Amino acid sequence: MRRFLLIVLSAVFLGGVGFWILTSPALFHAVRGRAVTLPDAFQADAGRGERLFWAGGCASCHKSEPSDNKVLLGGGHELKTPFGIFVVPNISPHPRDGIGGWRFEDFALAMREGLLPDGSHAFPAFPYTAYQRMSVTDLADLFAFSQTVPAVEGRQAPHALAFPFNIRRGLGLWKWLYLDGAEFSADSSQSALWNQGAYLVNGAGHCAECHSPRTVLGGLSPDKRFAGGRMPDGGAGRVPNLTPHQDGLGSWSLEDIEEFLKTGFTPSFDSAGGSMAEVIKNMGHLNGEDRKAIALYLKSLKPLPKAP
Amino acid sequence: MFFRLFCLVSALFLVVPVDAQTDVIGQRKALMKAVGGATRDPGQMLRGQQPFDLAKVKASLDAYADAAAKMPALYPVGSETGGETQASPMIWQNKADFEARLAKFGSDAKTAMAAITDEASFKTEFPTVMKNCGGCHETYRAEKK
Repeated sequence: MRRFLLIVLSAVFLGGVGFWILTSPALFHAVRGRAVTLPDAFQADAGRGERLFWAGGCASCHKSEPSDNKVLLGGGHELKTPFGIFVVPNISPHPRDGIGGWRFEDFALAMREGLLPDGSHAFPAFPYTAYQRMSVTDLADLFAFSQTVPAVEGRQAPHALAFPFNIRRGLGLWKWLYLDGAEFSADSSQSALWNQGAYLVNGAGHCAECHSPRTVLGGLSPDKRFAGGRMPDGGAGRVPNLTPHQDGLGSWSLEDIEEFLKTGFTPSFDSAGGSMAEVIKNMGHLNGEDRKAIALYLKSLKPLPKAP
Repeated sequence: MFFRLFCLVSALFLVVPVDAQTDVIGQRKALMKAVGGATRDPGQMLRGQQPFDLAKVKASLDAYADAAAKMPALYPVGSETGGETQASPMIWQNKADFEARLAKFGSDAKTAMAAITDEASFKTEFPTVMKNCGGCHETYRAEKK
């Protein structure tokens, strides 16, 4: 009996130690992290960063509520999900309440590895699984832009999540499954414009985050990427299939997709609603070539029937 | 016996309003479809896929103004759900804003009606009217189920 108890206690102890090690932000960084090194002659440029700001739709989540000003990034928007409520934080350059006190290294770590300056894991409602694809120079430009917008005072309330999702440490396990740490690598068999589209869609644009179904663990299903999914709020709403399948964008021409991204009107002159209307406003800030690149990439995806 | 009769009568009272609600949902959906249909000609003209035709543009603006005038009555309390509606519950939480947006859509259509005289004025004025679609859908239209 005593022996049995000893075995159980050791198993619990070893399990606890294993969990602690596997969920360690430092270990993840050591294995999957990348050094934050910028080319010698590189000068970050806020103007170039602004393009990435719109491509990334940062304001859609982070703008101050209830303001309509998209460069006031005080946060406060509540993302209602099956895991609980995420309260979007302040990312304005306010030194105390926003990210004004961050160094570029802190920003890169958050965007690529989901690690916050206090050493904790960020929740993947902040889509670093996509942002990790961005180049370090683009991240530097985006960071430079983020420092040019107004500082907004006020910290947001903490997230209100259900157990066990409220244990940040546990995200360490999730990251081993869903965060590979790889930057975007161009496909040399494709055109430069196609690669530009692939980079925007899979990196800053993070389109797959809503337009793909998720596993029970809340990660994207890799074989059903872009086949559409459920609204992240856990409601009955559906997010459309982006692949060129007949129940996706199969009947849309390149020009149809470009026009939609610019104006929000579908080929049958219906107009986008909900969170996509917000995305269209952001896409309207990109230049025509970026929208063409996105269209070209989407048309090249493998056609998949819409995800259940 | 009385109980049965009571149930029957209550059921009748229940059935009638439900039907009426499905009906307004059907009406507003048809009206929305008509607005989308009215956008096809001018939309294609803006994209250079159809030659400019002032009469068609005016017909579309008429359809917009007509829809904007009829729309406010088609969202009564009690018609929040059913009939595969894509109306967001936000409509009933912000009724005044919702109706103000419809009124602006109607007045923008009428302003454009007076201002559009040729292809050049069409290209500057018409997109302003079209912006009302996305502006309202963003808040008040829910995703398809």
